[in-house]
Amino acid sequence: MPGINKLLKEITTVPDLSWPLILKVFYRNLQVFRKTWKANIMFNFVEPVLYLWALGFGLGVYVNQVGGLPYIDFLAPALIASSAMFATTYEMTYGSFTRMGHQKVFHGMVATPVSMDDVVMGEILYGTFKGVLYGIVFFVVVALSGLVKSPWALLVPVPLALMVMAFSILSLIWTSIAPNYDSFGYFFTLFISPMFLFAGVFFPVDNLPAGIRFLPWFTPLYHAVEVIRPLVLGKVAWSNLSNLAWLVVFIVLTIRIPLVMVKKRLIQ
Amino acid sequence: MRDYIISAGDLVKRFGDFEAVKGVSFAVSRGECFGLLGPNGAGKTSIVKMIYGFSPVTSGKLEVFGEDIMARARNIKARIGVVSQEDNLDPELSVRENLLVYAGYFRMKKDLAQKRADEILAFMDLRDKSGEVVEHLSGGLKRRLTIGRALINRPELLILDEPTTGLDPYARHLVWQRLRKLKESGTTMLLTTHYLEEASQLCDRLIIIHHGKILEEGTPRGLIEGYVGNEALELGVDPLHRDLLTEGCEDLIRARQTLGDDLVLFTDRGRELAERISERAVSLDVSINYRRLRPANLEDVFLHLTGETLEKN
Repeated sequence: MPGINKLLKEITTVPDLSWPLILKVFYRNLQVFRKTWKANIMFNFVEPVLYLWALGFGLGVYVNQVGGLPYIDFLAPALIASSAMFATTYEMTYGSFTRMGHQKVFHGMVATPVSMDDVVMGEILYGTFKGVLYGIVFFVVVALSGLVKSPWALLVPVPLALMVMAFSILSLIWTSIAPNYDSFGYFFTLFISPMFLFAGVFFPVDNLPAGIRFLPWFTPLYHAVEVIRPLVLGKVAWSNLSNLAWLVVFIVLTIRIPLVMVKKRLIQ
Repeated sequence: MRDYIISAGDLVKRFGDFEAVKGVSFAVSRGECFGLLGPNGAGKTSIVKMIYGFSPVTSGKLEVFGEDIMARARNIKARIGVVSQEDNLDPELSVRENLLVYAGYFRMKKDLAQKRADEILAFMDLRDKSGEVVEHLSGGLKRRLTIGRALINRPELLILDEPTTGLDPYARHLVWQRLRKLKESGTTMLLTTHYLEEASQLCDRLIIIHHGKILEEGTPRGLIEGYVGNEALELGVDPLHRDLLTEGCEDLIRARQTLGDDLVLFTDRGRELAERISERAVSLDVSINYRRLRPANLEDVFLHLTGETLEKN
């Protein structure tokens, strides 16, 4: 596999980054977002609210308790994480793919002092920003519904930011090899939806069959939910630090990959 | 050594097994408009993409402003402006915002960026479109904005890759006018085109590129005069009678070429040749279905050098 070897070799090289210019790339996306957020935020925001009502207030009536909690208390904090996950993954797949391909915005940027590494890092920052923003909007809904039980909840943006950065990276890796828009369907069906359903958002992972109970541990969503839920409910434990550490280690190990892969796709 | 803006030596670009640029050497001086002329797929864009640091050089030397492009891309890119073949504007942003956002990539201060943006809007005749969202603009306006955007940093070198492809004649002339103004103000330009008129209108000097190699180098006029003479006489004649018809006119014919069903004769004395051919046609009783005497152009040079037309493939 010479391709894999080459990739591994390039991942260990130092990226060509200029932080002031990365911020300019980020700012460019922000400027576009400012024009489209009204149409945009509804789309990402209404869905988790529907989940909260349907499952929390609806189904929750029939589910007595989950891990000693009313169902809606169990569900609401996790939906903060999942709504942020969806916002970021949509932006870093469909959004980035459009900027990279159809609009050729990346090409325009790299004709200036901006490097391709700056562009991709700017994208990661923007994906992270967007996820945190949507997570916080949903957090406000949860708070207004009286479901936030502790001031620890103010720390929610920390695990949220780490998790959506991890999803920015994963999505951009997929985007860098995606042949067309249709292929994003596979990304969502194979990875994002299963995570949403089985990584501890709707029910504790202990309820999974013994053979696959270990799987959620490998997903960023699981670790984020494991931290956000105790923060919102005020049941913080030292063990939550290990979930944060997992997210940090994941980011450190993977962040170089999308930089190399997008460059490889666009520059020949 | 002279102060060259671009200097390429034995430049090669390879994509896998395919060699797109096969060892080209040329140099561009300050203030000059230098053209790369050739059909689509000749390797012009590959050369240009290496010059603005987009694609890596496979082998050979490529210096811009006397510095190695591979080692000093960021610094070099700060001093050039690029108009790429395809529009890559920010479609959701307004005309003015496009300029301001782009100024940011050059780390320009806000007030300077505003000032430059206003100057460019005036220069490119876009002032009354300044608030319009780019995706609603026509192709000609987008091109003008793309060129204007490339001027935001007052580039010492402006690179134009097929700047008027896909434009209607009116929009094309507008772009040419502006480019001539820039040239007069001393901006060095590198232009790729497969439009001969564009090359002859704008370029001081050019190279003709074919299959990744330089076929010829010179001024547009010099190339035309050197290869084909001042005029071209196109004749629609049956292939059987061609040699017979031109017999005795060899002293006037500098070169000949068949183009489809037509015979093209290149000459410095067009009227005289046309008359002599007509006389021969009458005396030989050969019918000429079509005849046209026109000034020779770069297309003829290209045709003569390759036996192919530029618009093909």
